Order: sequence, then C-alpha cells, then structure tokens
Amino acid sequence: MFETVIGLEVHVQLKTKTKMFTRAPYRYGCEPNTLTDAVVWALPGALPVMNREAIMQTVKAGLIFDSEIADICKWDRKNYFYPDLPKGYQISQYDRPLCRGGTVEIELAGSARNIMGTHRKVLLNRIHLEEDVGKLTHFDQESLIDYNRAGTPLAEIVSEPDMHSVEEVFAYLKSLRMHLLYAGIADCDMEKGQMRCDANISIRPKGETKLGTKVELKNLNSISGVCNGVKYEIQRQTDLVNSGGRVVQETRRWDADKNVSLSMRSKEDAHDYRYFPDPDLMPVKISQDMRNALRAELPELPFRKQERYQAELGLPFTITSVICPEKDLADFFEACLQRNPKPKEIANLVANDLLRELSQAGDKGSLPIADSLVKPAHIAELVGLVDSGAISKPIAQDVFKKMFASGKMPAVIVREEGLTQSSNTDELEALCQKAIADNPKAVEQYKAGKEQSINALKGSVMKATQGKANPQMIDVLLKRLIK
Amino acid sequence: MSKPLYYHSAEELVALLNKKVISSVELTRAVIERTRDVEPKIGAFISVNEADALKQAEASDKRRAEGRTLGALDGIPLSPKDVLADENQPLTCASKILKDFISPYTGTVMQRLRNAGAVIWGRLNLDEFTMGSSNETSYFKPCCNPWNTECIPGGSSGGSAAAIAAGQTILALGSDTGGSIRQPAALCGIVGLKPTYGRVSRFGLAAHASSLDQIGPMTRTVADAALVMEIIAGLDPHDSTSYNAQVPVYREALKAHAHVPKKLGILKEFFGDGLAPDIRSVVEKALRFYEKQGCELIEISLPKTTLSIPVYYVIATAEASSNLARYDGIRYTHRSTKAKDGIDLYRKSREEGFGSEVKRRIILGTYVLSSGHYDAYYLRAQKVRTLIRNDFMTAFESVDAILCPTTPNPAFRRGEKLNDPLAMYLEDIYTVPVNIAGLPGISIPCGFTTNNLPVGLQIIGKPFREEEILGIAQTFEANHPFAQQTPIL
Repeated sequence: MFETVIGLEVHVQLKTKTKMFTRAPYRYGCEPNTLTDAVVWALPGALPVMNREAIMQTVKAGLIFDSEIADICKWDRKNYFYPDLPKGYQISQYDRPLCRGGTVEIELAGSARNIMGTHRKVLLNRIHLEEDVGKLTHFDQESLIDYNRAGTPLAEIVSEPDMHSVEEVFAYLKSLRMHLLYAGIADCDMEKGQMRCDANISIRPKGETKLGTKVELKNLNSISGVCNGVKYEIQRQTDLVNSGGRVVQETRRWDADKNVSLSMRSKEDAHDYRYFPDPDLMPVKISQDMRNALRAELPELPFRKQERYQAELGLPFTITSVICPEKDLADFFEACLQRNPKPKEIANLVANDLLRELSQAGDKGSLPIADSLVKPAHIAELVGLVDSGAISKPIAQDVFKKMFASGKMPAVIVREEGLTQSSNTDELEALCQKAIADNPKAVEQYKAGKEQSINALKGSVMKATQGKANPQMIDVLLKRLIK
Repeated sequence: MSKPLYYHSAEELVALLNKKVISSVELTRAVIERTRDVEPKIGAFISVNEADALKQAEASDKRRAEGRTLGALDGIPLSPKDVLADENQPLTCASKILKDFISPYTGTVMQRLRNAGAVIWGRLNLDEFTMGSSNETSYFKPCCNPWNTECIPGGSSGGSAAAIAAGQTILALGSDTGGSIRQPAALCGIVGLKPTYGRVSRFGLAAHASSLDQIGPMTRTVADAALVMEIIAGLDPHDSTSYNAQVPVYREALKAHAHVPKKLGILKEFFGDGLAPDIRSVVEKALRFYEKQGCELIEISLPKTTLSIPVYYVIATAEASSNLARYDGIRYTHRSTKAKDGIDLYRKSREEGFGSEVKRRIILGTYVLSSGHYDAYYLRAQKVRTLIRNDFMTAFESVDAILCPTTPNPAFRRGEKLNDPLAMYLEDIYTVPVNIAGLPGISIPCGFTTNNLPVGLQIIGKPFREEEILGIAQTFEANHPFAQQTPIL
C-alpha cells in the first residue's frame, strides 16, 4: 500500500490597479499589447519601480495564513530565456520571501450535505511575490505574444508536501480561494488565469517517513484539471512501482483534453536560473506599524465566522455552509441582521430565496449579489412584516419574488396589492364555520383523532381569503369551533 | 573673437547668448560645421541630426527673443552618449544588435536637459554597450583621440571625450561603470565627473552593470560640469536606486570649497608599479600645487582597493549577463533570418548581433552566477566590495578627498591592446575602485606627457559631496587653464 504526498505551488494574480514594477495598468481581456510601456517591453534603460500595494496585499495573505512576515525582504532575478519573458529574467524572491511558514485551514467534505466535514491545517512553506510573464499563442507557422499580462503581480503560495489525497488538494484550493477572495487580495478565477497551480506529487510505502521521488505536474488550468491531473499522476506512479518500475524526477505537463500527463523535461534538463539580487531594486522593510495596520484591515475569516454563526446565532450547518464561504453574502446577511436581529428568518431568506432568485436572474450564471435589486433593507422589512403578522409566509414568498423583480420595498408591494394578512376575527370565524359546514367528513376524521385532517379545512379558508388569512389564527378558530 | 565659438565653455556661451552677441542657431551651426570638418578624422558621432538640431536652436532663439528661456542651458548644444534613451532618436549602444533601434521613450536625464532648453545634438560613439576602455569595440567605427589621431580616446565614453576635445559639441554626457567617463576625459584632456551612485537617475540609460552605472557630464571646464549636474542630479521616481537628497546649485556650492585648504589623501597604492613615469611626474606636480595652496597632503593606504579589478569583473559581468538578456531577437533588436527554430532564433540573433568583447563578458558573467560558482565568485565579490567601501569611508574620516592619477598610462595606439583584454582591463585600475565604493570622482586635465598627450588628475570625494570635489578641481583649474589649449586638427 502506498501513501501519496502532494505539495502545491499556487500562483495568484493580485488585485492591483497597476503592474508589479511599473505604472502600466492591468485588466483582464484587453486588446493585445495595449497595457504596456517601456518597462513592460524591457526597452534599453527601463527600470523597475516596486508597487507598494502588491506588497501590502501579500502581507495580508501572510497574516491570514499565520505566516511569519519578513522584516526585510529583497528581490532577485531569475534568469532564463523565453519569448513571453521580455527582460530575459523574472523579478522574484529567492531566499528572502515576504512570508515564511503558515497554515491553510481546509475543510474536507462531510459524510452528508448537512454534516460539517473535518477540518485540518495544511502547512505552508512560503509566500513570495514575483511578476507574471506574457501570453503566447501558437499557430502552425508562427507564435504570437501578448505582453498585457507581463509584469502583473503574482503571489506564489508554496505549500509543504503536506497533502495526501485529491480530496485534500481540492479542499486546499477551495480554502485558498475563499480566504483570498475574502480579504480582497485576488479574484482567483482559474479560467482567467488569475490562479494557477503546479503540483509536486510522490508516493511512498505506507509508514515510510522519507519522501519518494517527486514529479512536478504543470498546466493545471482549472480546479477539475488539478484534481484529474493529480489523480492520474497518483495512479501512474502507483502502477509504475507496482509493475517493478521506478519513478524518475521530472516535470510533466497535464493534457486536459487527452486526460494524460506527458513528460516535459527531466531533472538533468532543469534550468540553472542563476538567481542573484536585483541591483535595480532596494530591499523592502515591513514595519510593525504596517503589519498592524494591515492586520486591522483583515475581515473576520470565513471558518471563524461559520463557528460564530453556529454557536451564537444558532444557525445550522446547511445555512452557514452556504452563507459563510462568500463574503458578499455574509456581509449582506449581517447588514440585514443589523436592521432586524432575526438571524434564523433572515438566514433562511438569504440562503434560500435570495440565492435561488439570483441563480435564475443572471445572463451568464448567477447574478452577483451586488447587482441585486433586493438590498438588506428589503429583507429586514420583509421579515418584520411576517413577524408582526402583517403578512403570511406564503404571501411573503410571493412578495419576495415581486421585490426581487422590481426593487420595491416589501411594505409598498403589500400595500399596493392589498396583501395584508386578514386577522379580522369575525370575518374569519364566519369563513371557518362555513368550512366546517362544507367538510363534514374532515371534521369527523379530526374528531376521531386524525389531526392532519384539519389541514383540508385550513386550505379551504385560505383559498377563500386568497392566502391572506393568518394561519395561526385559523388554526385556533377551527379547533375552538370544532370542539 | 580669438578662439572659435565651438571651443568656448557653456558658461561663456550662455553669457554671449544672453547679451545677444550670438544666437543659438549660429552656435549650433558652428558645432555642425566643425563636425563636418573634423569628424572624418575623429569618428566621435554614431549619428547626427543637423536639421533637427538647427530647428531646436531656432526654437531656443525664439524663446530668448520673447524673454521666456527655459533654463540654464537654453540654446546650448549638448550631445549624449548613444546609450541614453531619447524619444524618436536612435539608441544603438554602438552595437549591431540595436543598429536600427529608435527609442520610443525619453529617459529622465534627457528629459531634464530638454526641459532646460538644451539643443540635443547627435549621438556619441562608445565601446559596444560601454564595454571597453578604448572605443575600439564600437560596431560602427573606432573613435580617435584628437590630440593624436593614431591613439585611442579612451572609453567607453570615447566619443563624448573626443567631441569635446575636438570642438564638435559644447557639452557631452557620458556614463561610467568602471571609469568610462573619467578615463576618456583624462586621455582627451577634458573634465569628466562620475557622480555618487544614486545621485543621477539611471532611467533611460541602457544598463551595463546596474549597481555601478552612473551618468555624468563631460565638459571643457569644471563650471560646465557643475552646470550640467544642477540639471541632471536628483531623486527620480522612475529609478529606485536614485537618492533622495537635496541637490545643491553646484556652481554656487563649489565656491565654498574652491581655494580652501583641504586635507587631501594621497593613495599610496595608486602611485606604485604600473604607473607610467610621464603620468607620475605630471600628477606629482599637481599635488605640489595643492600643497602650495595650503592643502595638507596625507599619505593613505587602502590595500583592499587592489582587489577592485577582480571584484569589478565578477560583479559587472554578472549584472551585464543579465541586463543584456533583453536583446534577444524577439521584440525590437536585430533578428537573425537564419534561425531554424525558437531557440535558434535567440542563439543566432545574439551571435550575429553582439561583438566579441560583449560576448566575452556575457560568458564570464553567466559563469560566475552559475549554480556551484555563485558563492565562490559573486557572493565573495560582494563581500570584498563592502570591505573596499569601508576602507574608503575610514579614509574619509581623516581626509576631505583623495587624489590620484586617473589612468596609469596616457592614450595608447589603436590596436595596441585590443587583443590583450587583461592589459585593457588594467587601464581602469584607478577608476574602478570609485565605482565599487559608489563614490563621486572627477578627472580634470593636469598637464601633458612629453609626447603632448593629456594627463588626468582624479579627485575622489565623499558620497554626495560632488560640490566639494568640483571645488577642489576648480582650485587647480583656475591656475591651470588647460581648456585654453586645444589640439591641432
């Protein structure tokens, strides 16, 4: 039996306005080679100037993951030739990264959808900053280069070889993404190349403590790509060793279309990057003040928030597991709560009704919550209307749909459409008596002890009031009248 | 006028312009015509822009007539070494690999000079990518020493020094990585200042060795060097290594140091074997002059400076190997038409585009950075570099400046050392330590050898105290007006 050991190197594009070492802007999806300048093209005489924002974002990431933040970090040149690399070297951090160590808390899938899975912490080796390269597109006879992406800030988050299954890899990537999104550090859209992953994979006999020979797997362009690639590589290595072969240290490329990994280069062909400190840039000091200020900017982190919602607000896992992983949703929920402290009712509306409407409203995929016409004030008011007995729950559902479509406040909708719940006792009593008279069979069954038979009577009253009757009141009236 | 316009200092010419005795167009025409006359013998320029320069001069005259001159240099011809980026101007670095390159942007120093109204005139010759001490490695043509056209002008800023000495321009810019301003200034009998590392922005200077490079003025007089420094020095947000310190009005600030008794260190190691007797006697005479002026001459020893050349050739080549990687045949450089595939495109373009001295240094630099050699070479060189700098800083606790010859030899004959790189490297033995320590250094003309070749005196100062060495230089210049002597061409 073998144990798999996996370490991941994840590159994350930071959300900064400008590039890592120049003021040229960066946005996704622009006309090729329009987001460039002398520095990006590596013209003679161009010099890098550090983007302070990128440093701060990376320090934040380090603080989130409990890394040790360097007092002083420096920049190194990683020298190699490739057409997507304009200077012939990449500015990176070799032996003095911005962040060292740390952990990423992950949650494995529970045994059922409504059961929280186990949590564990995956060890980090380091987080460092570097600049991205351009994008090559190959054709039969030629290749085109777009330098728009060249020079954008990338944080490289390197884990220790501390994962042992595809499930852990999946949970790790999910957690990284969730935390980075939470702190506004990165968008982490793998399809847009904002998050890229290389995996180092080895196997060893169970019980062995020494690491096996590792294979580096590249070109893992989506979360499913990572999972499929890692799965394939574990199987390939296992089969190889079982059939008497030996794993060789190499870099392999994942081909997602063919679902196979192919050898790119062996250890012998590995580059000598000739790292040396970049003489164009000064070392960076990270002061205690800066660290403190950035720590103060950090939001409550999702797993802690989830614990709090469950312990203090009494929300179930099925709800917190929907609301907490997305900061926008959690913020929305908390904004509702500030207006009307009814966590369960509000959480239900947000996690069920709102998400359902949003998922059906977007042109492409779900409508972002920021674009929703329903704001926290709507939800808070709607819960209040139900709570005060002004409208019934079924009516509330209807009002929700209407306010989602129009953005009108729920009270306005209720007034305009005359949806106020009827609590007029005389009128209701008359209707209840009519229902009892019209349904003698149900009454008899109820008297015989079949409690749910009363529902037929309730339904009849509801129908007569077009849903506006207060259900609790009907219940009380019917039971009294039948006696 | 007794001397031709083109042999005046900028300071004199500004006065003539202001008094309307001459116009910028006349002045510009004078250097253009002088260049037409002597350029075939000298080879100072890689390219010229006669019509463009005259247009700039006209604009300057118009500004002056309307009473809105831009700055201290308005209307004065100034020629950059062909390593400084200036929009829509060629930027060849004297290399085949950039022979057709036109810069699409302007670097900081050129921008500041244009803002000050300078008439930017031509692009000056140099050793390819500033690698050399004789201007013989230029892809385009060698440059000759105006004092003896059989001899080299020094390098790498040979074109800048020769153009000033031959009256082909009024002010010139050089760049100095291991002596490339001071050595040719010495060999051509002009003033050349290498500022403190960080004093002048490198943004727009095609990099040779980033931790050593500085741009500096090459001029006929000390005052002219001060004038150019006033414009080009100072913090630049485009260069992270530029230093945030007040820039003095150098022409004023140097007065506090001129004709003032100073404690001058005489660096023992720089008067040892290998110093040509002719140079020694001229420089020693200059030292005696300072003594007579009331200066205290203090012999000092900085034994670690003798390690400067090996340290330099490790650090400079390492940085250069990386800095020159961008000239790759992919975007804007020479691209080979013989390449079979992608990798071959790099190989062939660089093989065809770079000259042999550049290739030698790229190979050396790549070697010293290679895994397994890094600690023994690069890391060790950096440690020794710190020791050399510390040595200098200790010396500056007891002296105000250090005096020594700029070069061990006068200008040598073309071809004499071209195939002996070690001999060539040793020509920079007195200038390299100054770059290693990041200090300011100036070379001023201090006399002639028996063969009538100029000799340079180097004055090394404390960090960011350019005004002090300019002052000490002016003390000498005031009594030895070498700028009045011009070569016969």
